[in-house]
Amino acid sequence: MGLDQEIEKEFSLERIETADDIPTYYCEKEELLPLMEKLKKDFEILLDITAVDYLGKREKRFEVVYLLLSLTKKLRLRIKVKLDQGEKVSTLSFLWKNANWLEREVYDMFGIEFEGHPDLRRILLYPEFKGHPLRKDYPLKKSQPRIELLRPERE
Amino acid sequence: MGKIREGNFITTTVESLVGWARKYSIFQYPFVTACCGMEYMATAASHFDIDRFGAGLTRFTPRQADVLFVVGTISHKLAPVLRRVYEQMTEPKWVVAFGTCTITGGLYDNYAAVQGIDAIIPVDIYIPGCPPRPETVLDALMKLQEKIQKEKQKWALTRK
Repeated sequence: MGLDQEIEKEFSLERIETADDIPTYYCEKEELLPLMEKLKKDFEILLDITAVDYLGKREKRFEVVYLLLSLTKKLRLRIKVKLDQGEKVSTLSFLWKNANWLEREVYDMFGIEFEGHPDLRRILLYPEFKGHPLRKDYPLKKSQPRIELLRPERE
Repeated sequence: MGKIREGNFITTTVESLVGWARKYSIFQYPFVTACCGMEYMATAASHFDIDRFGAGLTRFTPRQADVLFVVGTISHKLAPVLRRVYEQMTEPKWVVAFGTCTITGGLYDNYAAVQGIDAIIPVDIYIPGCPPRPETVLDALMKLQEKIQKEKQKWALTRK
């Protein structure tokens, strides 16, 4: 199981082993948009966009993960893009409409910017929040209260 | 609270009369944000029936409510809303913190959750549990009634 041979040949994809049986590929960030445009024909549903912060563990800090589902082919697909801090990846919001909010969530939590996104702002946290909490260098317990508290939160 | 005398009349103080009236007409505002809400609903429904305690009328506007039930995790994003709801309630008012998350932040010991709502608003009764059983909630309700009865009552004709 996997992608069609021609698609695998057309783009410089690198297949990797995973614990589950979902076919998983690394994709160059420049090739993401043309690849996804092609995949859109079969994969009607974009299930999720998420990211991982490999701070200090890997050469490039972030990996953005795209999860696709094809109802006609009965196939799931995982595409990963390696990004360094400050690097941008193109938006998919013109292909799948739900990518708009998913990318906003990734931006909110990781600070990864999506090029060409129509409305890239925080979606879960409040606008005055500083930093991106799912980054490994964000202190886990550092809260940013919006109102004056009656007592300090922690000892 | 009062003494029944011969000839079918009761002597009592106005203060305890007001307290008695207040404790049996608890209009609550349920501020429900999380899974504890299911347990709150179970308590409010006919099986456990908080109407037996005179607390059956939920008001969905803080302006008509006496008791604020904070049920579930409160995030820092929501904190200003909770404080505004509390400030909109008229005196006398009480607050019940329902469930572990509301009391301490619970297992959400992180940047997002408020570590106990008493950092935002004053709390009268804490109900522990994750989520609390309806019996615990009823017990808390009775404790709140006790508290209301014993309090110094502020009312319209109180001398300043």
